[in-house]
Amino acid sequence: MATLTITDVKKTFGKTDVIHGVSIDVAEGEFIVIVGPSGCGKSTLLRMVAGLETVTSGEITIDGRRMNDVEPMDRNIAMVFQNYALYPHMSVFDNMAYGLKIAGTPKAEIAERVAQAAQMLQLEPYMGRKPRELSGGQRQRVAMGRAIVRKPSVFLFDEPLSNLDAKLRVQMRLEIKELQKRLGITSLYVTHDQVEAMTLADRMIVMNAGRADQIGAPLEVYANPATEFVAGFIGSPATNFLAAETLGRSGVARIGVRPENASLVAPDQGLANGTLLFAEALGAETLLHLRLTGGEMFTLRQDGTAPVPAEGETCGIGWDRVRELWFDHGGNRVRQAG
Amino acid sequence: MRDGMVENRGAGHWFTHIGLTIGVLVIFFPIWLAFVASTVSQPEIVSPPMPLLPGDQFFENYRKALVSGVNAPVALMLANSLVMAVGIAVGKIVISLLSAFAIVYFRFPGRRLFFWLIFLTLMLPVEVRIVPTYEVVASFGMLNSYSGLIFPLIASATATFLFRQFFMTVPDELAEAARVDGARPMRFFWDILLPMSRTNIAALFVILFIYGWNQYLWPLLITTDPSMNTIVMGIKQMFPSGDDVADWPVIMATSILAMLPPVIVVVSMQKLFIRGLVDSEK
Ligand SMILES: Nc1ncnc2c1ncn2[C@@H]1O[C@H](COP(=O)(O)OP(=O)(O)OP(=O)(O)O)[C@@H](O)[C@H]1O
Ligand SMILES: [Mg+2]
Repeated sequence: MATLTITDVKKTFGKTDVIHGVSIDVAEGEFIVIVGPSGCGKSTLLRMVAGLETVTSGEITIDGRRMNDVEPMDRNIAMVFQNYALYPHMSVFDNMAYGLKIAGTPKAEIAERVAQAAQMLQLEPYMGRKPRELSGGQRQRVAMGRAIVRKPSVFLFDEPLSNLDAKLRVQMRLEIKELQKRLGITSLYVTHDQVEAMTLADRMIVMNAGRADQIGAPLEVYANPATEFVAGFIGSPATNFLAAETLGRSGVARIGVRPENASLVAPDQGLANGTLLFAEALGAETLLHLRLTGGEMFTLRQDGTAPVPAEGETCGIGWDRVRELWFDHGGNRVRQAG
Repeated sequence: MRDGMVENRGAGHWFTHIGLTIGVLVIFFPIWLAFVASTVSQPEIVSPPMPLLPGDQFFENYRKALVSGVNAPVALMLANSLVMAVGIAVGKIVISLLSAFAIVYFRFPGRRLFFWLIFLTLMLPVEVRIVPTYEVVASFGMLNSYSGLIFPLIASATATFLFRQFFMTVPDELAEAARVDGARPMRFFWDILLPMSRTNIAALFVILFIYGWNQYLWPLLITTDPSMNTIVMGIKQMFPSGDDVADWPVIMATSILAMLPPVIVVVSMQKLFIRGLVDSEK
């Protein structure tokens, strides 16, 4: 357990700036998820914390100790890689024990700690196997096991679930969350999957092109996105953005309406009109894709039991104006007065 | 129809086997003759027709070859060859593993330059640089020594290149995981890269052992002392010069003995090869 601080950290590869200055204070035992689209610098940030990438400027500290020039092994971190990075010629046991062996831990203690981790991860029947003789989910667990036996002060995860199928991903997500809570280890977790981010995070960092657009608790980020990017990235289906003038408003540039906050009303009774292009019935809910009279697309989410108009029909769309998200020309949030 | 197909396949099967058997016999026949010649007495060889079945001089001829030979005992030449071949194979593997490791995993000034320099030496076979190499070895006083036999042949661009290609297929994440686990570079090399390369190493060992074993020109040049002769050149040395009479049974016994170690290496390493091919490590 440890605190982790990242202070105005920047990263430049040659001449390209990849991280433009990210800061966060992570409390002991906190689970931080770094989320953002591909190429925004999530992995780079994580790898700087791991010590696998040098820090161009800024400072990273763990428990108050400056880490910028400390070797990965001396940072007391453990990392779970996207492709697991298990040593192919070593058994599950040896994979998990390797770090301890290098650290010179006594054999008996290694055996005990590995056994403990194996039990926690239900890996006991596989200890003698090689990684290639395991399923994806089991490999994932071994990678986790290798991280936890070292009792690190910080856990780092780089998209650990992206190679698993959807069902297993949900299961492993729960397991990771549960494990992290039980062990109380400060964690940094990279993903581009917003569902993972929402469900795992105590707080999340929404990254956009090398900047932390917003840092906050998942629901806080969802309810109060700081930028247009965050509003569009967090929440599924994505927020609808309408040019303010098409709604006859001034003072702001764009207005965001979440699909779940809008509903169908009679034509001309709502705030906008649109023709239904197609409807996706997902069972519990139905997604309606409409083209507004101004030509913009609008997605609306309604209950699966609500009536669905015929395709091509013109409908009115209404929403609660208090829940609108306003943005200025720079994409920053403009708070509604009152 | 079905029967026809089976029959056809059966016939093809037989033809293949007969073809292969004939091929084996053709290739094996000279070796058989050499073996027969090594088990008969000198007069039996020189009086035509040459016998086709082994004679009764087997122990006598082999004992004579191993213990006294013609210029030097064959046992000694075998030992020399073994030292040279193993020295060259192991040396080449160690050096090329290390240089490939350096080239792939470390960023140092002149990395590309060194790689291309190594690559360049591929284009210069021993024969081309044999005179300057001889000069160097002679001035180091390494004539008639194991180091003189081994060191000039020990660098291997081919093996370096091969290991480089292999190392580049090892995912970076593995090196990073080892780094996080606390493995310093040599530890990573020793604990992870080396075991992962072991099938490549086995394959190379076979090839390089035979390469070393079959060296002819170089040992011929730098060993003037018969006690440093290697077996492959030694066989040639046994041939009579001028009016001497060749002791053919002993020469043939020597030839057969010279063939054995490479055969043993190939056969024993073959198992490791195949195991390596069957269960892929990545
Ligand atoms: N070694 C490098 N040299 C140069 N540019 C790099 C290097 N590593 C990453 N980059 C660049 O930095 C940017 C961020 O990369 P990073 O791997 O952090 O993205 P990411 O957010 O993890 O994306 P993904 O979700 O696809 O993994 C990318 O534009 C990438 O091209
Ligand atoms: Mg990444």
